[in-house]
Amino acid sequence: MSTAALDVGRRRIVVGIRGLTVVVGLRSALVGSVMLLVTVLLALLALALGDFPLTPAEVVGVVTGRVDGLPRIVVLEWRLPRAVAAVLFGAALAVAGAIFQTITRNPLASPDIIGLANGSFTGMLIALLVLGGSWPLLTAGSLIGGLAAAVLIYLLAYRGGLHGFRFIVVGIAISAMLASVNTWMLLRAELETALFASAWGAGTLNSVTAATAVPAGLCILLLLALVPLVTPAVRQLDLGDDAASATGVAVGRTRLAAVALAVCLVSVVTAVAGPIAFVALAAPQITRRLTGTPGIPFVTTGIVGGALLLGSDLIAQHVIPLTVPVGVVTVVLGGSYLVWLLIHESRRRA
Amino acid sequence: MSSPTRPPNSPLQAAGLGVRYDRRSVIDDLDLAVPPGSFTVIIGPNACGKSTLLRALAGLLPAASGTVLLDGRDIASYPAKDTARRLGLLPQSAVSPEGITVAELVARGRYAHQRLLRQWSVADEAAVTDALRLTDVADLATRRVDELSGGQRQRVWIAMVLAQQTPLILLDEPTTYLDIAHQIEVLNLLHDLNGQGRTVVAVLHDLNHAARYASNIIAMQDGRIVAEGPPATTITAELVAEVFGLANVVISDPLTGTPLVVPADTRRPHPVAAGN
Repeated sequence: MSTAALDVGRRRIVVGIRGLTVVVGLRSALVGSVMLLVTVLLALLALALGDFPLTPAEVVGVVTGRVDGLPRIVVLEWRLPRAVAAVLFGAALAVAGAIFQTITRNPLASPDIIGLANGSFTGMLIALLVLGGSWPLLTAGSLIGGLAAAVLIYLLAYRGGLHGFRFIVVGIAISAMLASVNTWMLLRAELETALFASAWGAGTLNSVTAATAVPAGLCILLLLALVPLVTPAVRQLDLGDDAASATGVAVGRTRLAAVALAVCLVSVVTAVAGPIAFVALAAPQITRRLTGTPGIPFVTTGIVGGALLLGSDLIAQHVIPLTVPVGVVTVVLGGSYLVWLLIHESRRRA
Repeated sequence: MSSPTRPPNSPLQAAGLGVRYDRRSVIDDLDLAVPPGSFTVIIGPNACGKSTLLRALAGLLPAASGTVLLDGRDIASYPAKDTARRLGLLPQSAVSPEGITVAELVARGRYAHQRLLRQWSVADEAAVTDALRLTDVADLATRRVDELSGGQRQRVWIAMVLAQQTPLILLDEPTTYLDIAHQIEVLNLLHDLNGQGRTVVAVLHDLNHAARYASNIIAMQDGRIVAEGPPATTITAELVAEVFGLANVVISDPLTGTPLVVPADTRRPHPVAAGN
């Protein structure tokens, strides 16, 4: 490990052995480490709080295998799947948002704004209302719905290449149309089904169990492991399509691969927890402001997203007197952030 | 079509090239060979297809018909990184990411030389340092690009293309939006780079700059090449009148002896106002 000799005006570390090197921004690494620590502390809280409160010492005892019995069941079987799901789902949504925002060069490009979440919900509703869904069917419906919405937006926005702004505008239109389709389907459904679907539609971790969290978590880990393969090329798109292409990026292929990864990340989360809004929108921009980097650092963004969703879920479960879906909390947090972002952007442009 | 005699070792050629933009044909059946080691300047009126030609030559636009040959081989057959190790391009549309520093931006030019697990090497470091020095922006290395003046920023972008270490450099209107002193500064830089053995191809608006700096002129009109060759023989009053529709005289530049285009005085006299 060494600090590069060339001063680029930002502290960075070149990690390498035998000609294999990876460049790490020092401030991004620091922000990432601090947020990891925050995540661990939040996770301790998440494992301790609830109808059967435990002390942090008991939680640590369970995790290290020194405490057995009921606390062990409470921590490992009741609370751990949900906490781990919150971290992984938050990371998945944040990285997906970072990918969309980078390839469109627009901070408003987030999978929940451009209709992927509504598409997943449509798919899930069709599975539930038409096919009378079991969990695997709902999951499949949601995955297919999200992917179909993405393909539809891609095709409608494509004109000899994919342009960020058109992609977003088409996405918002598709999102609005799907939202009305969803409302129409909910209105026609029976009360009980509609209630269940509505709760899911707000985005919630209430129904997450080990049975759903484990496969979804594995999928997310696999997808996140693929992200570094496209990161350098995606990063180069910051320069504009022509400049990226001139420096050696296969722009069309890169964008397609990146969109596919992001769509899969979002769809996996939505299939299990419903459309959790605003994490994908807010986490990348919060991270960029913390790290001060010219682009959005994907790894740090994933860590921030995990902390954000875990924190929001703690608020949803324990701070608000009645248990609300975590999506409600993220909407309030993210909505305030979005208003701030819009005001900030319009002032900057003015 | 019988092609005229071409330098056999031209690094960049077009053969029967046709390019379409939104289904509209912009360039049709165009033949061209960039002489090796030349400073080739493409001139022509607005919307004559100059930028389109440059982008097609760089492989950014697909050929609808014919081919672009880079080092004798169809440019479409190279993997993207291979093209980028042979040919560098400064497009008009380049955006500098918010908050990026000069050295970071120049380092982006190294993409084609990097791999997933070789993100920074001694060669990268040397190339970036050289590029910063050649373009005289080494002192600015740690500054943010968005704080720089237009002329400095353009030199930084050229440094990024230089860091790519290609023998062939294409530039799309590199002097537009710069004041006259910075235009000359950028052109002198391109002259130096050309003198060091790089083949330079640039689209320029200013005919007199083209006449002074180019070793080879390509004059375009409506997607066709209407004249090609050294400035002394191509930039004539007839050509300028025909291509730009501008009445003019061409005199000899008092400093360099190259052609100097002077527009004819076509002003209408002011009406003589009553009571004045």
